[in-house]
Amino acid sequence: MNAHAAATPTELSGIELAHPIINGSGTFDAIAARRVFGDALIGQFPFAAFVSKTVTVAPREGNPPPRLWETPGGLINSIGLPNKGLRRYLAEDLPELAALPVPLIVNVMGFTGDEVVELVSAFSVRDEVAALELNVSCPNVETGLVMGADPGEVTALLRRVRPLTEKPLIVKLTPNATDVVAVARAAQDAGASAVSLINTIRGMALDPRTGHPWLGGTTGGVSGPAVRAVALAQVHAVARGVGIPIVAMGGVQNGRDALDLIMAGATVVAVGTESFRDPAAGTRISRELAALCENSSISRHGTPLNC
Amino acid sequence: MSAEQRVRRPLSADSPARRPLSAGSRVLAPFSRRAARVLERRVYGAYVVLRCADPDGPRPRAGQFYMLAARRWGGGDGERPFLPRAFSVLRSGADHERAFLIEDVGPGTHRLCELQAGEDLLLVGPLGLGFGAPEDARRPLLVGGGVGIAPLAIWQDELGGASALVGFRDAPRAEGARLLADARVATDDGSVGHRGLVTDLLREELDGDAHATVYACGPPAMLESVRVLCAARETPAQLALESGMACGFGACFGCVVPTRRGYIRLCVDGPVVDAAELETAMVAGMGH
Repeated sequence: MNAHAAATPTELSGIELAHPIINGSGTFDAIAARRVFGDALIGQFPFAAFVSKTVTVAPREGNPPPRLWETPGGLINSIGLPNKGLRRYLAEDLPELAALPVPLIVNVMGFTGDEVVELVSAFSVRDEVAALELNVSCPNVETGLVMGADPGEVTALLRRVRPLTEKPLIVKLTPNATDVVAVARAAQDAGASAVSLINTIRGMALDPRTGHPWLGGTTGGVSGPAVRAVALAQVHAVARGVGIPIVAMGGVQNGRDALDLIMAGATVVAVGTESFRDPAAGTRISRELAALCENSSISRHGTPLNC
Repeated sequence: MSAEQRVRRPLSADSPARRPLSAGSRVLAPFSRRAARVLERRVYGAYVVLRCADPDGPRPRAGQFYMLAARRWGGGDGERPFLPRAFSVLRSGADHERAFLIEDVGPGTHRLCELQAGEDLLLVGPLGLGFGAPEDARRPLLVGGGVGIAPLAIWQDELGGASALVGFRDAPRAEGARLLADARVATDDGSVGHRGLVTDLLREELDGDAHATVYACGPPAMLESVRVLCAARETPAQLALESGMACGFGACFGCVVPTRRGYIRLCVDGPVVDAAELETAMVAGMGH
C-alpha cells in the first residue's frame, strides 16, 4: 500500500473523514484562503474536515493590535474571536463553507448559557453542518467562572444544549484548568460526543522598549511546537479518563507529531500554527502520518492505531 | 436565490458589491510553500537584495508580497525565527525571477540576509492586493522610506517611469536609492541629498503640482505624514502598510489595522490601502 492509499479513512462520532488530519478552530480561514489561492484551495484542500473560527451570537471586532508575538518555537496570539456574529455567519459564511469538499464543523461560543442555546439551536437545523464544537474557554458572565475550567459549569452547559441537537457535540477543553481530566469526564457524562484539546495556553510578552504588555489584549494564547509536550501529556491523561473520541492538537508540525498524539489516544489530530508557516501543511502531515503508519513497527505489533 | 443554490454556489472571490479598501488587485498564489533558489545576493549599503528563481510561481502585481523563510529557520536570537516574514516584492524580472530587499533588523531578517546564492528561499505568494493605476491622468509620485522603497521599484518599472522621493536614515541606507531610477534623496543626517525628511520633498512637490497620485511605503510615522499632506490637498494616495503577520493569507487574524470601516486584515485586504480609508497610518506593534 502506498502512502497515499494508507491515508486511511477515519470516523469521528459518525462523521466520515478521508484521513485523520483536520484544522484547529481559528487557524485557517477557508473563505479568505479561497481569495488568495483560488480554486487550488478546493482541489488541494489540506484537511479532512474544516473547523470554522468561533462564532458568537453578536458580532465581535476582536482585540486591539498588536495581536501577535513570536516566542521560541511558537507564538502568542491575542485575537479576541473577531467574527460576523451568528446572523451574518448563517447568511454569508455558511453557504461558502458548505461548498468545501469536506465536512464542516462549526465552533461556537456563548457568554451565557442562553447564548450557547441560541447558537446550538441555530446550527442544529442546518444540514451543511456535520458537527458542533463548543468553545468553553470563556468566562460565563453570569457566574464569573471560565466554563471549561470547571466541571460543574460544563455539566450544566451540556445538560442544557445536549438535548437540542442530534449532531455530534465536541467540547474544546482549555488547558488553563486545574484538572482537565475532570472537565473531560464531566463533558462525557453529560453527553459530549468527543473532546478536543489543547486550546492555547495563556501567555504574555512585554514590549522590550516600554516594559508594558505587548499584546493589545494584555495576555494571549501560546501555540506552536512550544506547547507540544503539554498537549501530549494532556491528551494522554484525558484518554485514560474518558472513552469518547479525542481530537488532539498542540504544536503538530509533521507526521511524527501527529502519530504521537494518536498513540496517546487521539482519534483525529488538528493542525493549527503550522498552517501559518505553510498553508498546505495539513496535506504534508497527513501524507507523512500515512507513511509512518504503514512503516511503523508499532502498528505491526498489533497496538490499535487509528491512522 | 434558493437556499440550495446558495449552498452550491462556489466560494466567491473578492466581492464586487463592496467597494474595496484598495484600488489594487491580486494575482493568485499557488497553494503551497515552495523553494526558490537564490541566484544572487547583492549588498546595497545596509541592505541585501536576494534575487531568486521562482519557476512555479506567477508574476506578481506591484505591491503584492511574499512570506519568506529559509530551510534552517530558528536557533537565532531568542531561539527565533519561527514564523515566516512578509516582504513586498522589489522587482520581478524575466524568467520568473523575483527580488526582495532585506534589512537585518531581527532574527528573521538576519537569517535571510545570511542566505547565499545556491541556497533556497521558502516562499508563499504572491499575496495581498497591490497598487492600482493612477486616477484621472494624475502623474504617479512615489514616496519611500528605508526598506519601504521595495514595492516602489517594481511599480516604477511597471509604470514605465515615475518620479520618486526616497528618505533614509544615513548614507549606508541611502545606497538603496540606487534601486529606483532618478530618485530624489533625503537623509536624516544630511549625508546624502536633502537633510531632513522625505516628506519635506513631498510637500515641495505637491505645492508645485498637487495633480498626482501618491504611492507610499515606509515607516508608520512617514506614512502618516504622507496621509496628512495628501488629504490636505485632496491628492489620492495609496499606502503600502506593514503589520506583524504570522501567515499572510488571512488565517491568523493577527495583522489587523484600524480603518474607517473597522479592522481589516492587512494580508488579504491590503497591504496597499487607500489613504482615505485610514484615520491614521500609525500601525501598532511594529518592531518586534
